[in-house]
Amino acid sequence: MAKLSEAAVKQISEICDRYANETTPLMMILSDIQKEYGYVPVDVQEIVSEKTGISVAEIYGVVTFYSFFSLKPKGKYIIGCCLGTACYVKGAQQIIDEFCEILGIKPGETTDDGMFTIDALRCIGACGIAPAVTINGTVYPKMEVSQVAGVINDYRSRED
Amino acid sequence: MKITSREQLDQIISNCTKTFQNKLDGSDGKRAVVLCGGTGCLSSNSDAIKAKFEEMIVEYGLDDFVTVNQVGCFGFCSQGPFVKIFPEDTLYRLVKVEDVEEIVKTDLLKGNIVDRLLYTDPVTKEKIQRQEEINFYKKQKRIALHGCGLIDAEDINEAMGYGAFKGLENALDKSPKEVIDEVLASGIRGRGGAGFPTGRKWSFAYANDSDQKYVVCNGDEGDPGAFMDRSILEGNPFAVIEGMMIAGYAIGASEGYFYVRAEYPVAVNRLQKAIDQMTEMGILGDNILGTDFSFRAHIRLGAGAFVCGEETALLNSIEGKRGMPRPRPPFPAVKGLWGKPTVVNNVETLASIPYILREGAADFASVGTEGSKGTKVFALGGKVNNVGLVEVPMGTTLRELIYDIGGGIPNNKKFKAIQTGGPSGGCLTEEYLDEPIDFDNLVAKGSMMGSGGAIVMDEDNCMVNIAKFYMEFICDESCGKCSPCRVGTKRMLEILTKITDGKGTMNDIDELQQLSEAVKNNSLCALGQTAANPIVSTMTHFMDEYIAHIKDKKCPAKICKNLMRYSIVKDSCYGCGLCARQCPVNAITVTNYTAPGKKRPAYEINPDKCIKCGLCQSSCKFKAIIKE
Repeated sequence: MAKLSEAAVKQISEICDRYANETTPLMMILSDIQKEYGYVPVDVQEIVSEKTGISVAEIYGVVTFYSFFSLKPKGKYIIGCCLGTACYVKGAQQIIDEFCEILGIKPGETTDDGMFTIDALRCIGACGIAPAVTINGTVYPKMEVSQVAGVINDYRSRED
Repeated sequence: MKITSREQLDQIISNCTKTFQNKLDGSDGKRAVVLCGGTGCLSSNSDAIKAKFEEMIVEYGLDDFVTVNQVGCFGFCSQGPFVKIFPEDTLYRLVKVEDVEEIVKTDLLKGNIVDRLLYTDPVTKEKIQRQEEINFYKKQKRIALHGCGLIDAEDINEAMGYGAFKGLENALDKSPKEVIDEVLASGIRGRGGAGFPTGRKWSFAYANDSDQKYVVCNGDEGDPGAFMDRSILEGNPFAVIEGMMIAGYAIGASEGYFYVRAEYPVAVNRLQKAIDQMTEMGILGDNILGTDFSFRAHIRLGAGAFVCGEETALLNSIEGKRGMPRPRPPFPAVKGLWGKPTVVNNVETLASIPYILREGAADFASVGTEGSKGTKVFALGGKVNNVGLVEVPMGTTLRELIYDIGGGIPNNKKFKAIQTGGPSGGCLTEEYLDEPIDFDNLVAKGSMMGSGGAIVMDEDNCMVNIAKFYMEFICDESCGKCSPCRVGTKRMLEILTKITDGKGTMNDIDELQQLSEAVKNNSLCALGQTAANPIVSTMTHFMDEYIAHIKDKKCPAKICKNLMRYSIVKDSCYGCGLCARQCPVNAITVTNYTAPGKKRPAYEINPDKCIKCGLCQSSCKFKAIIKE
């Protein structure tokens, strides 16, 4: 991995400073970094460790515990397939299988071109429109297997 | 302006109440449009509908005569987005952006109702104008959902116009001990799942002397298929904060923490706005209403770990650690957040507290059953016509919930089971439909109340597959701290996978039973202790399905992929070839058989190539493709 730029180091330090008055700021720092950069790699964790005095081992433990934090960058478009119970009983498994089949990746993985990541979500609470899929915040209600290819093509064509 | 006395607040509440009442009954000379702004409706374009209303109202010169507000969840999610018009109290459902102009022209300008957007009763086919006349709402009673779907959740004045802070005022008039007695007398039990009496929890924390105590609101609603807490936080965050403050006053805490799932951005945003508005008015802060009571509220976000809904894991997460549970005792009431006495209450519990202090414990206790008082909010979902959020008195039967409120099962399918309590709960079958819902009764019948997820399943759901679904979830979410849960759930998942793949043996049933017991008795926290519940309950009620998978190598509901296949009924096939073009793996080819009366030869599926995605079946216009 390329060495972190000076600007990035500065920004991560600033994020740590935001929570200087908190007793236990780690979760908040990591959430902000995840939001800002899309992932929290080990060299970023090292900076957080220097700033907060929390060991890298402990930070790594927290990062790998929570599904929101990621060690690797995610795709440009994050396809979140809800696999909550309400969606599941209405066929959400077939929907996510179809996304995986077409993109050739498994849930949690990113396509080689960095375009798509598929995430299996545990209930986004939109049970009234099950099965639901979200792509970068846009919600696709009552998805059907036959719509999946069209949705992917729609995002691909945005890149052309 | 900071409020520094009780009298000031009373004056403001009185003004707000008048303004809000005038808005609802139209005596302010205006008509009020309210739109559902819950997550479900927002994903169906509720924001764009609001913008369109605002634009149209200006265009038609109505801006001095019509107000527009976004409110919290109406509850009837499968019919959303909703638009309601006061003072007539007309409810429009399934509204689209394109419908807005018609509502403005017909209703707001001319005072006529847009019939086609009214709810139609599926049985009588009658158009229904008002919310409370719809069957879905008839048996409901709103205590925890007070104000949801009515007040603008981002406007403290509307909240104060509809009962906010009266409970807090009444609490501050009492001693902390008296507040706890009131909560004890109400009989309220924790809405998060276990049903521990809230007043007792408070009295433990009250009895522990400490320089600092905390109230923590558990908004880490992880049960897949449940969204009660989210809707309350989105619909009336003020009530939850008020409940937290009353708890703080009762136990002697001056700091409160909301732990909310990061998956709920709308709820977090509204909660923060509510905290800011209350702080600005001096309702949160030092010396509230001129008393010695001081309280501050903070928000902490989860990061996607189901186990953090367990209270000690939640406390670890707030402390910036891995969200692993702590052994109990010591209980949080003795040693909680940062080692200080802490009360952890669920969102719905805290949202019910202002009602108890406002209307009195006796009023609350008059609703419900002997052992379970008040109401319970359920997220009704799955194979049921009316999907949504419902709040019913304890003691309501499952049949009333599923058929009277839920409107029964879609497509004339047969009811199979209702799963309550999510991955920790169990399923209840037809024979239990007339059982009243309360904490103790559901446990006695082999399920549990849980936080309020209620998923209906029909004949097309495979119960072995459902058990596997929950076990996958638990296995994924097990924190790994204790081996019975970490290893046991993995082994149970392997066995269930084996059975659904058609490789099971009868010996697996015994092993599942033994493992269930072992994991239940030896796990550290409730996640592991209840992990086997879905297996135990599906084995109790649906052993025949397990046996069909194992002995006959058949999945009766035709869900398990290895035990079913798609085929084309050649005599029904018109040979259009649509399925063959749809098939992602080219498993469908044309044959040389043409059915009598058809012009083109039929197609067939090569079972060796077929990946069972079901695309062919959903694309066939002649219903010639069957699962068997």
